[in-house]
Amino acid sequence: MVIGLILALVAIGSVLFHVLSPWWLTPIASNWNYIDATIAITFWITGVVFAAVVLFMAYCVFRFRHRPGQQAAYEPENKRLEWWLAIVTGVGVATLLTPGLFVWSQFVTVPPNASEVEVVGQQWLWSFRLPGTSGHLGTSEARFVSPENPLGLNPSDSRNRDNIIIVGDDLHLPVGKPVKVLLRSVDVIHDFYVPEFRAKMDLMPGLETRFWFTPTRTGTFEVLCAGFCGVGHPQMRGNVVVDTEDDYRVWLQKQQTFAQLSALKQ
Amino acid sequence: MSDVAAELVGPVPPAEVPELELYHPRSWITKYVFCQDAKVIAIQYSATAMSIGLVALVLSWLMRLQLAFPGSLALIDNASYYQFITMHGMIMVIYLLTALFLGGFGNYLIPLMVGARDMVFPYVNMVSYWVYLLAVLVLVAGFFAPGGPTGAGWTLYPPQAILTGTPGRDWGIILMLASLILFIIGFTMGGLNYVVTVLQGRTRGMTLMRMPLTVWGIFTATVMALLAFPALFVACVMMLLDRVLGTSFFMPSVVELGQQLTYSGGSPILFQHLFWFFGHPEVYIVALPAFGIVSDLISTHARKNIFGYRMMVWAIVAIGGLSFLVWAHHMYISGMNPYFGFFFATTTLIIAVPTAIKVYNWVLTLWRADIRLTVPMLFALGFIVTFVNGGLSGLFLGNVVVDVPLSATMFVVAHFHMVMGVAPILVVFGGIYHWYPKVTGRMLNETLGKLHFWVTFLGAYAIFFPMHYIGLLGVPRRYYELGQTAFVPPSAATLNVFITVAALIVGAAQLVFLFNVIWSLFRGKEAGGNPWRATTLEWQTPQTPPGHGNWGRELPVVYRWAYAYSVPGMTQDFLPQNQPPAAAKAA
Repeated sequence: MVIGLILALVAIGSVLFHVLSPWWLTPIASNWNYIDATIAITFWITGVVFAAVVLFMAYCVFRFRHRPGQQAAYEPENKRLEWWLAIVTGVGVATLLTPGLFVWSQFVTVPPNASEVEVVGQQWLWSFRLPGTSGHLGTSEARFVSPENPLGLNPSDSRNRDNIIIVGDDLHLPVGKPVKVLLRSVDVIHDFYVPEFRAKMDLMPGLETRFWFTPTRTGTFEVLCAGFCGVGHPQMRGNVVVDTEDDYRVWLQKQQTFAQLSALKQ
Repeated sequence: MSDVAAELVGPVPPAEVPELELYHPRSWITKYVFCQDAKVIAIQYSATAMSIGLVALVLSWLMRLQLAFPGSLALIDNASYYQFITMHGMIMVIYLLTALFLGGFGNYLIPLMVGARDMVFPYVNMVSYWVYLLAVLVLVAGFFAPGGPTGAGWTLYPPQAILTGTPGRDWGIILMLASLILFIIGFTMGGLNYVVTVLQGRTRGMTLMRMPLTVWGIFTATVMALLAFPALFVACVMMLLDRVLGTSFFMPSVVELGQQLTYSGGSPILFQHLFWFFGHPEVYIVALPAFGIVSDLISTHARKNIFGYRMMVWAIVAIGGLSFLVWAHHMYISGMNPYFGFFFATTTLIIAVPTAIKVYNWVLTLWRADIRLTVPMLFALGFIVTFVNGGLSGLFLGNVVVDVPLSATMFVVAHFHMVMGVAPILVVFGGIYHWYPKVTGRMLNETLGKLHFWVTFLGAYAIFFPMHYIGLLGVPRRYYELGQTAFVPPSAATLNVFITVAALIVGAAQLVFLFNVIWSLFRGKEAGGNPWRATTLEWQTPQTPPGHGNWGRELPVVYRWAYAYSVPGMTQDFLPQNQPPAAAKAA
């Protein structure tokens, strides 16, 4: 009897914890509201199932605990019930999966008007590159990395000359404009993670990975590394500053191009 | 089920089995050390696995102390923190859970439950254990090697695992890879034994569809392991070559602390595919034996047949098959082709259906049962709660788009600990309380057992349930310290202290269990042959503990399924599988 009660309290306590918890997703700052909505749907469905299963079990433990003279029923199978449960579960799973796949198809479809930003990871520093006035990011490879060329831009690719390089400083983005983020690492796997943007992606050495999002409010957001990258992993931090269009222009004017930086260092 | 109508089974001639060509130990060494008896090998496996498991437990304490009180223990710097998490993870998944369920429970229970005298290849079985022990020793050697064990995280992702930014790059990673290679060699020898014994060693009347679910679970998990471990094996060999000989299987051209390395052209994502092609089935390699064992615990202690036996068997087989089609759900944000997400999210969520069926059948077995709240039953109930919880949080992470914000956060840590840490370990304990009387002839102390259960179950729930919410907040995993981070409120630090206190208490409760295991060996109540009044064959042995060769001159003959509890019209509430129909009627 006590045991049934404790099991019921575990179910009720978990639901109460969920409702009363001050710990929840950070306020969103990107277009991925649908991700939050999918999480909410998932909490509802799984919460109901969890409470139902545990409370049913608690009831069984209370109701059918051994008492003298009691005999268990003998019922090896119940095809009808088993198929019903399987079908209901299938419907529940489909209810979770359908919105999930719908949102994922948006996630993998980059809007054609998205501007490009490159994120470059190295142990344990975030760097960024923006296309210059010509609008192109030039080629790059880890084997071009040197103290003068920390991001490994191909020096013989003329399209690199006007690329804007930001090493160890904040990245600024204009609010309300979709951004296609291209990610590249020159050493190990990192992961570009801004909790408020919801989207995140690994930086995979040897590959260029990508994702997109639209910042929806101005402010400064912390960049963390979410891909374990060695002893300095927790210290690999940076900031993304989401500006109004005008502030962004002002910031962009002050940044230096690859050509300018190369000239400085020689 | 037709097996139920006992009188329909035709008379089976008694088996007069001549003395088999069994291996007979001739000295103390061959009886207790280099022993070929599966029961002794099972105990050797279990003792080794639990000893190394204690190391993992202490490591988890150290990690939790660091997370609750960052920097307060001089012993734990960031390098050692990563070494602790790596060793903790690897030990728990491979050297404790896999070894204990398959090498421990598998060795003890398969021959007894299917009515065999031993495993079919006893010598190979013995070698399997000694190679496993060697693997454990090589693993432990990492702690004493210059630079310490590897701190690459249990997933050992290259390039990081073999570059200098990661602790243990010199010797730790080499020893880790060598140890895994040894483990897989040892496991393959044991695994072939379990599979062949189930397929070829069953006694007469023991059809596949009369086997206890414990055997089904261990059997399916072993088949899976034999198919999954080779992927890890080749991954380890290839990484070892990358590290030692400078090949570039997993290494593109990279820069190491400003220096250009000579690697070029390799693919780190290939390692992830190989690792998770092993790693996801591995989850079920641990889970399926737990599913099987818990089914038998519930049925026996609820005095009721397992509900939907055939569906349970097919669910085990379906889960085993599907688990080979879901691996890339660990890699949604790895940069693999994003269109894979559609496929792997779908397969991952489909696997929820057979898994849910198993849960329904466990709780429906309790419906109109005659529930004995013994210690094994308590652990089985605890398993259902934690498994349902952890399984449901898997529906978040499997659904690709929900995984994007949650992956690599503490939500993931909470999820996999609940579902493949706490839940299977509760079954391990339940199984030990259940079969200890058969192994030793004595009962474990019930009061200590209940204390152990409540502290472990409620404590582990208090550790991992709130941890999901730290992950929802956005706190990443594998952070030595979070530092000042604007989006994390100070209350999260308080929650971390709470979790750590719970972890220390749960860890301490395991000492109660250890004491109980040792004390009961000498002072425990005499158990008799079948203290739980169970139907399966291991409880019907002529001697307890079962002697060498398990059975007397005759092998048992099986007349019915393993779940003949509370059959209407019988005075006894259980019918052993080997009780002849005529005797059953009289009983």
